[in-house]
Amino acid sequence: MPATVTKENVQETIVEAIAKLGPDPSEITPDATFESLEIDSLDLVELAQVIEDEYGVAMKSEDASRLQTVQDAVDLVVERAS
Amino acid sequence: MTRSVVITGVGAVTPLGVGARALFERWARGESGIEEGLGRCSEFDPTERMSKKEARRADRFTQLAVTAAGEALESAGWNGSPPVEPERVAAIIGTGIGGLESLGTQQDVLRDEGPKRVSPLAVPLMMANAGSAAVAMRHGLTGPSFATASACAAGTDAIGTAMRMIQSGQADAAVAGGAEAALTPLARSAFAAMGATSESGISRPFDARRDGFVMGEGAGVLVLEDAEIARARGAEVLAELRGYGASSDAYHLTAPDPEGSGAARAIEIALEHARVAPEDVDYVNAHGTSTPLNDRSETEAIKHALGEHSTEVPISSTKSAIGHLLGAAGAVEAVATVLAIRERLAPPTLGWEAREEGLDLDYVPGKGRELPEGAIAISNSFGFGGHNAVLCIGAA
Repeated sequence: MPATVTKENVQETIVEAIAKLGPDPSEITPDATFESLEIDSLDLVELAQVIEDEYGVAMKSEDASRLQTVQDAVDLVVERAS
Repeated sequence: MTRSVVITGVGAVTPLGVGARALFERWARGESGIEEGLGRCSEFDPTERMSKKEARRADRFTQLAVTAAGEALESAGWNGSPPVEPERVAAIIGTGIGGLESLGTQQDVLRDEGPKRVSPLAVPLMMANAGSAAVAMRHGLTGPSFATASACAAGTDAIGTAMRMIQSGQADAAVAGGAEAALTPLARSAFAAMGATSESGISRPFDARRDGFVMGEGAGVLVLEDAEIARARGAEVLAELRGYGASSDAYHLTAPDPEGSGAARAIEIALEHARVAPEDVDYVNAHGTSTPLNDRSETEAIKHALGEHSTEVPISSTKSAIGHLLGAAGAVEAVATVLAIRERLAPPTLGWEAREEGLDLDYVPGKGRELPEGAIAISNSFGFGGHNAVLCIGAA
């Protein structure tokens, strides 16, 4: 059963998932770029797997490659899931 | 004129602790790192030398390799950058199996959650070359880097290959060793199924009561340099890597040739490469696995290669204190041999009490044995598949 899709909810899930990949949680702000967080293509695949599990949103590699910031990822999930 | 190769740094993570000194000093004191029939590196914490991100992108065998390499480079005094162009430095890290734990985890994910949930890190975690890749990447070494795969001879073949690379001019320095972390239920069952591991959980090489090897994990890494380059930078030379010999039994999938002729040939090649006469060998760091077959055929091999001198030379097995580290074994034992030469002490074969007919050499029971100044040693490694690899190491 996919989780409820609210902006806050999605943001929380994504920040939590990114924190597991290595970056310090305090650095994971909406404006933070994946580059600055040293999140690479392998990390984005792991993030996509979490998103699909939680919200049933499939994120393809071309979607992932367009994402620049944490906010971009949140927006994409909210848009696709609603 | 062939280039001389010296050892300027050593590092190890073993069941006796983190660090080369912990390995040698505790073994020399007669302490064992084996608990409940396994040689685990229970004190090892990968985040001491790796960031959280680096650690989660590395299988345990790679974490062990990176930690041992970090210590080796520190002890060589490289201080963050190699003394030669980075492209002239090789990184060769052997392993028997590679990232087995990661493979098992992902196999579970595939079975329980389906193919779309398999991690994108699965391949870089489990590939056998992950150790050498991580060491090269971490230290910016851009010379040749790869893994050697010759089962329990892999660490020794890595060091010998790196030595040959320096001698042939392909590199000026190398970070070389072996790493293994295969204490998973699958590997333990598999080695038990072939009757290789000890049911008693006791590692007592060359003893009449020995009943198989005790599995261990860990890593050992050496820093090798062209002797002239090391001298020019005023490096402290720990020992000289004088020779490397390798051969194959071509006899049986797992059993060694009972005559030990392939193993004897590897010893002879290493001594020839080192220009050392058999009677000048002061210490043998044996493969000494504690299996009925190995310890008998290795004894035959030593007798054959060293002749009459074989009855006079002290022979001891590091595996009596830490178990069998498979692809890391030869590298960890090379580290121990370097320190034995430096400290002029051959540590004992722990637990040796009962003589078996034909196993009549000096296995250094009880206490360690003093070694002469300027000692020359050999370190033997033999792998399933009939791989034989031997290093000859001499005092600096």
